[in-house]
Amino acid sequence: MKKTSLKKSMTGAEALIKCLENQGVEYIFGLSGGSAIPMFDALVNSKIKLILVRHEQGATHMADGYARATGKPGVVLVTSGPGATNTVTGILTAQMDSVPLIVLTGQTTTWGLGLDAFQEADITNISMPVVKHNYLVKNTNDIPRIAKEAFHIASTGRPGPVLIDLPKDVSSGIFTGTSLNPPMDLPGYTVPDKGNTRDIQKMAKMFKGATKPLLLVGHGAMIAKAHKEVRALAEKLNSPVISTLLGKGVFPETHPLSLGMIGMHGTAYSNKAIINCDLICSIGCRWDDRINGNNDEFCIGAKKLHIDIDPAEIGKVVKPDVSVIGDARLIVEALLKKVARLDTDEWVKEVQFYKKEFPLKYNNDNGLSAQFVIDELYKVTKGKMVVTTDVGQHQMWAAQFYLADKPDQWLSSGGAGTMGYGYPSAIGAQLGRPNDQVIAICGDGGFQMTLCELATAAVNKIPVKVLIIDNKYLGMVRQWQELFFDNRLSGVDLEGNPDFVKLAESYGIKGFHIDKVSQTRKVLTEAIKYKGPCLIHAEVAKQDNVFPMVPAGKSAYHMFLERPKTKLEKPTGST
Amino acid sequence: MAQKDNKKNIHTISMLVANKPGVLVRIAMVFARRGYNIDSLVVSPSHTPRFSRMTITAQGNPETLEQIIKQANKLVDVIHASEHSEMDAVHSELALIKVKYTKTTKPIIAKLAKRFHARLLDDSDNLFIFEQAGSTEKLDEFEVLLKKYSVIEMVRTGKVVMVKGHEKT
Repeated sequence: MKKTSLKKSMTGAEALIKCLENQGVEYIFGLSGGSAIPMFDALVNSKIKLILVRHEQGATHMADGYARATGKPGVVLVTSGPGATNTVTGILTAQMDSVPLIVLTGQTTTWGLGLDAFQEADITNISMPVVKHNYLVKNTNDIPRIAKEAFHIASTGRPGPVLIDLPKDVSSGIFTGTSLNPPMDLPGYTVPDKGNTRDIQKMAKMFKGATKPLLLVGHGAMIAKAHKEVRALAEKLNSPVISTLLGKGVFPETHPLSLGMIGMHGTAYSNKAIINCDLICSIGCRWDDRINGNNDEFCIGAKKLHIDIDPAEIGKVVKPDVSVIGDARLIVEALLKKVARLDTDEWVKEVQFYKKEFPLKYNNDNGLSAQFVIDELYKVTKGKMVVTTDVGQHQMWAAQFYLADKPDQWLSSGGAGTMGYGYPSAIGAQLGRPNDQVIAICGDGGFQMTLCELATAAVNKIPVKVLIIDNKYLGMVRQWQELFFDNRLSGVDLEGNPDFVKLAESYGIKGFHIDKVSQTRKVLTEAIKYKGPCLIHAEVAKQDNVFPMVPAGKSAYHMFLERPKTKLEKPTGST
Repeated sequence: MAQKDNKKNIHTISMLVANKPGVLVRIAMVFARRGYNIDSLVVSPSHTPRFSRMTITAQGNPETLEQIIKQANKLVDVIHASEHSEMDAVHSELALIKVKYTKTTKPIIAKLAKRFHARLLDDSDNLFIFEQAGSTEKLDEFEVLLKKYSVIEMVRTGKVVMVKGHEKT
C-alpha cells in the first residue's frame, strides 16, 4: 500500500477532498449550506472544479450524466436537511439504472444527531432503500477508508450510488490518521468476474441447434464495455440483436442484424421477433416489466439464457434455462470461443421482412410532428451526438428515431423514469465529454422541473444544447387517458408554459424556435453549429401518440401499430 | 404472529453480518419490501467481535424468500446469508413463562414442568416463572399445555441455529 506523507495538519474535509483528488475526480456538482461549509472550504484550494448548481436534484443528475458519459463515478456535495433530501430523486435514478455516484451530505454535529437540530435529516436511513451502500461517519480518521470503500463499491460489480453523511464536527475535526490510502474493510463485498466455466460451457451448448436466436442487450453490457464482444458474437452466430432502452448503442442500431429497441414502445419488428424466437440470450438486461409485459406469455417455448453480474437478478423475473453470473464482457468473450455459426438464414430473412413490413413511421398531418424534428436532428448530426432525454413521449420518440451506433451515446432515465433528468444530465455529460456534442431532448413538462440549471450552463459556459419538444401536455399520460380512459383528460394540460426562447435569453442563453416543417432542418443546423449553450424550442402537434404500443401488463402479442378503432380495456400492468 | 395453518411455510435464515450500526435496518428493509413477516429475530455476538449473528424466522412463499436471501447477500454489510432446514442444522430456543397456580394446580404444573425439563426460576405471589430451552416445537407444546392453567406472560428468545459438521452456519 502506497503511503501518502502528511506534512501539515488538515481537517477531515481537507482529507476527504485530497482522497477525491487521488481518485481522479475532476468535478463536484454541489450546492452549499451550513453543515457542508468545511467541504466547500476545502475545495477553495483544490484542483477539483466545483459546479455550483441551482437545485440539489440537478447536481445528482449532472453527476449521473457525467458518470454515464465517462464511466467514472460522479460526485455530488450538498448540505444537510433539505439539501440532502433533495438528492433522493437523483439517487433513486442512479440506483435503478446502476450508475456510480458518490453523494456527500453535510450533517449536524454528532452530538446533535437525533435531537432535531437545525437542518437535520436522517439521510442515512432515508436513503437506505435507494443506495448501493451508505455511511454515517462518526470519526474523522475514518474518512479516507470510507472514501476509498465508497468509490470501490460505487464503481465495481453492478455500479450504484453510495452516500456519505458527514457530521460537521467530523468534517471540521483534525485528521490525525497516518494514511490517505488505508486498506478497505469490506468482508461482505465481493465482485463476480469472469463467470463459472461450466456455466459458460452449458450456455454455449444451448445455442447449438437454435435457428431463431435473439441477443437481448441491456445496460449491463454497456457498463461492462462488452460492445465489441457482443458484436463479434452476433456476427459469428448470425443472430439478430434487440436492445433495451438503456442498451441502445451497445450494438450499432444501423447494423443489418439490429432490430432496435424492444418493449412497450419498441419497434414492431423487435417485438415480433420476440414472439417468434426459439432462443433469447439476455446480456446485462434485467427483464424489466416494460420489456416483458406479461411474464406468462413472454417468449413462450424459447430457451432463455441470462448473463448478469448481479446474482439477485437471476430468476427474479424470468426463470432462465441457463445463467452465468459475472462480467458481461469476459463471459461473452469466453462464449465466443465455444459457439459456431447457426443456421439462421431463414430467420434473418424473416426479421428483415418484419423490418420492411412494419417500419417505424410518422407523418406531419396534425402539424409539425415531434418524430420529424427528432429524425431531422438525427440526420443533421449524422447520429453522432451524445443524447440525453427526459421522460415521456419525446423519450420514446427519441429512442425510436435517434439511433445510437456507439456505447455511452444514449443517456436516459430508464428504471426510475425521472422527469427533470434530461437537461442536468446533459450538462454533466458535456463536462465529461468536452470533445463531443451533447444535446438534451426534453419534453415541456420535464424540462420545467430542472430548468433552473440553465444558469449553471450559462455561468460555466457549458456548450450543451437542449431541444424542447413542446406539445403543451404531459403527453404520455394524455395518451393513456385518450386510449384507456375515454379521453377523460385529468392533470395533463400544461397551460401556462413560458416562452422558452425568452426564458433562455433571460439567462443569456441563445434561443431558437421551430414550429414549421419547412424551417426545421435550417434551424436545427444553425443551432447545432452555434458555439455555446443554446435552447431549441420546437412547438409540435399537441395530440400525437407514440406507436407501436404494447399495453402495460400485456405481452408483445397485444402490440398495436396505430390508434385502435375499438375501445381498449384499462391496462393491468402498473404505469 | 404466526398463524398455525401456515406453519409449513416458516423458514429459518441465518446471517453473518458486520458488527456496525444500521445493519439491522438494512436487513429488515429487505424483508419488509417484499411483504415478508418476520416471526422472530435474534441478533447476537458471533465468535469474532467484528461480526454479529442474526437468526431470522419468517413465513411466506419459498420463491420470494429465495429472492430476499439474494437481496440480503447483496448488502455490503452481510458476509453471508442462507436458509437452514431441520436436516442440516440444530435448532434451539429459550422461553420464560409466568404461570399462576392454586393449591390444586401447583403439583400438576410442577409435574408438567419436570416432563418438559423446564427450570423453576422464581416462585412468588402464587406465580411460577419457568425457563425452558429446546426446539420450537417442544416450547410450543409446553405452552399449549400450560395454557389450560393460567399463563400470565411469556417471553421467547426466538430460534437460533447452527449448521452440523464442517460447514459454516
